[in-house]
Amino acid sequence: MAAQSATDELERTGSAGAVTARPRRGAGASLARFAQQTWRPVAVLAALVVIWWAVTAANLIKPYLVPSPGKTFDVILAQTGYFAHNTWITSYETILGFVIAIAVGVLSAVVMVYSPTVEKSLYPLLLFAQVIPKIAIAPLFVVWLGFGLSPKIVVAVLMAFFPIVISTVTGLKSIDPEMLQLSATMGAGAGKTFWKIRFPASLPHLFAGLKVAATMAVTGAVVGEFVGANEGLGYVILQANGNLDTPMLFAGLLIMSLLGVVLFVVVELLEYFVLPWHASRRTDAATTSL
Amino acid sequence: MTSMMAGNTSTQRSSTATATGAAVEIDDVAVRFRTKKKDVTALTDVSLRIEPGEFVSIVGASGCGKSTLLKLVSGLLRPSSGQVRLHGEDVRGPRRDIGYVFQRAALLEWRSARRNILLQAEMRGMPRAQARERADELMAMTGLTGFEDAYPNELSGGMQQRVALCRALLHRPPVLLMDEPFGALDALTREQMNVELRRIWQETGTTVMLVTHSIAEAVYLANRVVVMTPRPGTIAELIDVDLPVERDYGKTMSEPEFARGTGRIRDLLGAASASD
Repeated sequence: MAAQSATDELERTGSAGAVTARPRRGAGASLARFAQQTWRPVAVLAALVVIWWAVTAANLIKPYLVPSPGKTFDVILAQTGYFAHNTWITSYETILGFVIAIAVGVLSAVVMVYSPTVEKSLYPLLLFAQVIPKIAIAPLFVVWLGFGLSPKIVVAVLMAFFPIVISTVTGLKSIDPEMLQLSATMGAGAGKTFWKIRFPASLPHLFAGLKVAATMAVTGAVVGEFVGANEGLGYVILQANGNLDTPMLFAGLLIMSLLGVVLFVVVELLEYFVLPWHASRRTDAATTSL
Repeated sequence: MTSMMAGNTSTQRSSTATATGAAVEIDDVAVRFRTKKKDVTALTDVSLRIEPGEFVSIVGASGCGKSTLLKLVSGLLRPSSGQVRLHGEDVRGPRRDIGYVFQRAALLEWRSARRNILLQAEMRGMPRAQARERADELMAMTGLTGFEDAYPNELSGGMQQRVALCRALLHRPPVLLMDEPFGALDALTREQMNVELRRIWQETGTTVMLVTHSIAEAVYLANRVVVMTPRPGTIAELIDVDLPVERDYGKTMSEPEFARGTGRIRDLLGAASASD
């Protein structure tokens, strides 16, 4: 008996140690960790700008092919209003497209998981829609929906939709069958089982899909603008290209990439707050974050 | 996957043993699965009667239908023929008046130990304050005090299984079904859990059906041991364990009755594997 209580104690202190060793939620600690995780990519980024600057300053490449960083930033500063407006347009299309894609994607995934018939009939169609190059059908949306923002939003939705559906279906299906049996013995209905067990369990998969989808949504919006637009970052780039105005072109590209990165980081932060429990969030494996 | 064959109702006995206070009655039950290639008989000719408050262990080689038996009692699976009754009532679908513990703790990662236990209450719509009180009581009983707010990934395997046990006991189920609950634990933790389970059983008075691979565990814990043989899964023998109610892990194991029980089970299981 004495030996038993001793092992009991051992086990308790063992796990208690594990609890204190890993602070779970602490604003200060997490901020410090964030800084620790981000300084490397920031340093790499700074190095790239320096190389860019060095190459142009040494005249290794003709300025009309690759403008210097200084010139590019000058263009942005000189025309802040113009860039702000067009960035806003593309952001609007991207975010709206992204949000619609989440709503439609998650909903269709749920329907497909609960109805094998729907899944069998819808899945091939989804795949078909995915393999069509979006740039090839984008002009069609302009014919159907005109030159406004809607065709761009549609292309953004189409681009972002697929990874969301796939990841949500995978997430919902990866539930432990014993968990569902347990739920049945608790007398829980389909609704409670979904909200308390199945949906939360699928969130890590969903967020993986959202991260891919976020970057796809930006591409979608810009592709939409390429086909027919008179505003937005895609339009800015196309105009600059036509005028051989490379500083303007580079400025547009820079802002566009920044837009994608910002959206991605927002999704990551959201994941951080929604899933503090998930495996990818708790170890020191800094595989994500920028 | 597999689909169940319709039960043959004409072979059902006109059972005379109706509702005489047994906790679990299994009456001439068979379970057959139809897979792509062939029909598989998982269980056949199984009859078993368990009185309220009994602790029954079920041992047997892999694939002899031990887990299937628990699924039948819980109503998660319907028999192809025969009848299963819980407290005299026919089992027709998933039953709420049981507690289930699996080999894996099956805890929700995003919930603390306490909230994992309270899942049972939320699903059933039990009064919150009362459920919380009961959860605290169970956590104290299983030595989880101080770990109420720990998350599953912060708990050892034994601790996780304790949480699963508390969750299964929260609603005071008259019948507790345990499917190899300690199979994934190390030997030391397992012994300790056996002692605790025995104590909890004595304190709560629930009927327990425990599926296990460990012969020693089966005999130490139970009043009766059901020995099953595979292909097709059926009951080979019911062994009464005539050990005192108060059991001490070390002492009990050295008693002649313990040796007799485990020896008999080994003989039966050995004979089954030798005849293959």
